[in-house]
Amino acid sequence: MSLTNEIIKQRLTEKFGDQVTGFEESYGLLSFEAPKELNLKVLNFLYDDEQLKFRFLTDLTGVHYPDKAGRELAVVYHLHNLAGNIRLRFKIFTPVSQPDVYTATGLFSGANWMERETYDFMGVNFVGHPNLKRILNVEEMDYFPLRKEFPLEDQTRIDKDDEMFGRG
Amino acid sequence: MSEHHIKLPEGSIEKTTTTLNLGPTHPATHGVMQNILELDGERIVSTEQTIGYIHRAFEKLAERRPLAQITTLTDRLNYCSSPLNNMGWHLTCEKLLGVKTPKRVDYLRVIIMELARIADHLICNSIVGVDAGAYTGFLYVMQYRELIYEIYEEVCGARLTTNIGRIGGFERNFNDIAFRKLEKFLREYPKVLKEFENLFQRNRIFMERTMGTGAISAERALNYGFTGPNLRAAGVDYDVRVHTPYSSYEDFQFNIPVGTTGDNYDRWLVREKEMWESLGIIEQAYQKVQEFKGAEAEVYHADVPEYYLPPKADVYTKMEALIWHFKIIMGETNIPVGEVYHSIEAANGELGFYLISDGGRTPYRLHFRRPCFVYYQAYEELIKGSMLSDAIMTMSSLNLIAGELDA
Repeated sequence: MSLTNEIIKQRLTEKFGDQVTGFEESYGLLSFEAPKELNLKVLNFLYDDEQLKFRFLTDLTGVHYPDKAGRELAVVYHLHNLAGNIRLRFKIFTPVSQPDVYTATGLFSGANWMERETYDFMGVNFVGHPNLKRILNVEEMDYFPLRKEFPLEDQTRIDKDDEMFGRG
Repeated sequence: MSEHHIKLPEGSIEKTTTTLNLGPTHPATHGVMQNILELDGERIVSTEQTIGYIHRAFEKLAERRPLAQITTLTDRLNYCSSPLNNMGWHLTCEKLLGVKTPKRVDYLRVIIMELARIADHLICNSIVGVDAGAYTGFLYVMQYRELIYEIYEEVCGARLTTNIGRIGGFERNFNDIAFRKLEKFLREYPKVLKEFENLFQRNRIFMERTMGTGAISAERALNYGFTGPNLRAAGVDYDVRVHTPYSSYEDFQFNIPVGTTGDNYDRWLVREKEMWESLGIIEQAYQKVQEFKGAEAEVYHADVPEYYLPPKADVYTKMEALIWHFKIIMGETNIPVGEVYHSIEAANGELGFYLISDGGRTPYRLHFRRPCFVYYQAYEELIKGSMLSDAIMTMSSLNLIAGELDA
């Protein structure tokens, strides 16, 4: 029998009970979340379970929600079961004051740079990562540019002498 | 230690390996990227890749732009095949907005996407030849890539950073000249590709340089998140076009070429085979396009007034068209709330767009899953213990595009 979102949901709730929450299906893709301490347990279970076999990490990224107190930073994993050809999205949330999350590099070699990128832009500290340093930005940078407190330049600012581009 | 060796001060430790900086600007790196190689003689002991030299913060910029203006950002990801990125982006938007495109649009898109794939593979494969010392093939095929660029020009007016298509379809219908140019390409290209193959495929020197170097097993490739030709060369038949068809790819007959060893030679062969398959897909698509008759043959976009610009003549004469025009240009349309991941088979592998919208005019967050970025981290494992000259070949056969690495 082919794997469906219903079965995945069932298997996960059997294993983790009410710790996996927020199940939803957007555009056919199953999405759920778990407490951040459980991220490796969930990923391992998804990887090893004979029925689920989510063994391909498609994408790993971060999102910043400054208004959600206590769960400002999200780490989003997109996993793919290539044999059954089904994808899912797994999220964990962490407070921005203590952004420690266990690394997935032990399970997926490909997570190495994806986590470095997420650290670089969002400031998620991946505990146990072999080489957690900035990847696209300069190493001297002391802030995390994709967080929402860094807005892009105001297009109407007038304090800049920029005659060539029609401002000031 | 021999007699003529330099006398070192007492207590100093002699370093037995050499550090070599390959890049950031080096003709063989084909882009701005640095490799700090630790060499023992000519063998590579370890390497560390530094990237980010052309990082342009696209994900941040996208948070301030309405959907239509993000297309120009995607041009600059893998600039060897911009139309693929553009189409991937339009398809993502259409998925979020729930737009259904007419069949003719899908087929025209398939033609453009496969042309872009050929252009990309052609560059990659001929550059592998250049790095092995065979310049002729590269110069020879360049004039046939030109034929592809001329088709782009006819459709969208641009050649490299194309910004081709719009949400819902194309900006204008393909004209007759475009189809004539396509026919010319279909007529002339197979002969050229065959000759290009003759130059390399069974060439003793080329085979010796590429076989057995830069190899990766299927298991490791999957663990690293490889996709596209590089994964298929290792023997895994994963292709987004087949696994999750988009733009009516399910209507076409084609094979997925796979390799066995995952080395440079297999990667070259897989790309070569894929060009033949792409040619076949274009021929099928062109045939399907010709089957549309009457009013259907004039369809080149879906009906999405909120995102598709009205004809300019209407803007000057009709109130409604003027309003839509203004709203689209100024980016004043609210995007529906949603979270969507859509991926396409780009020339290098699975190009994914993870788009989160909170109902505003611009995306709340946009993340590009760039295939190059994901597989370049395996480079150290691929070249460890090999010769310096093999590292050069491996780099070019992975098809690293700096724009896609850095986003």
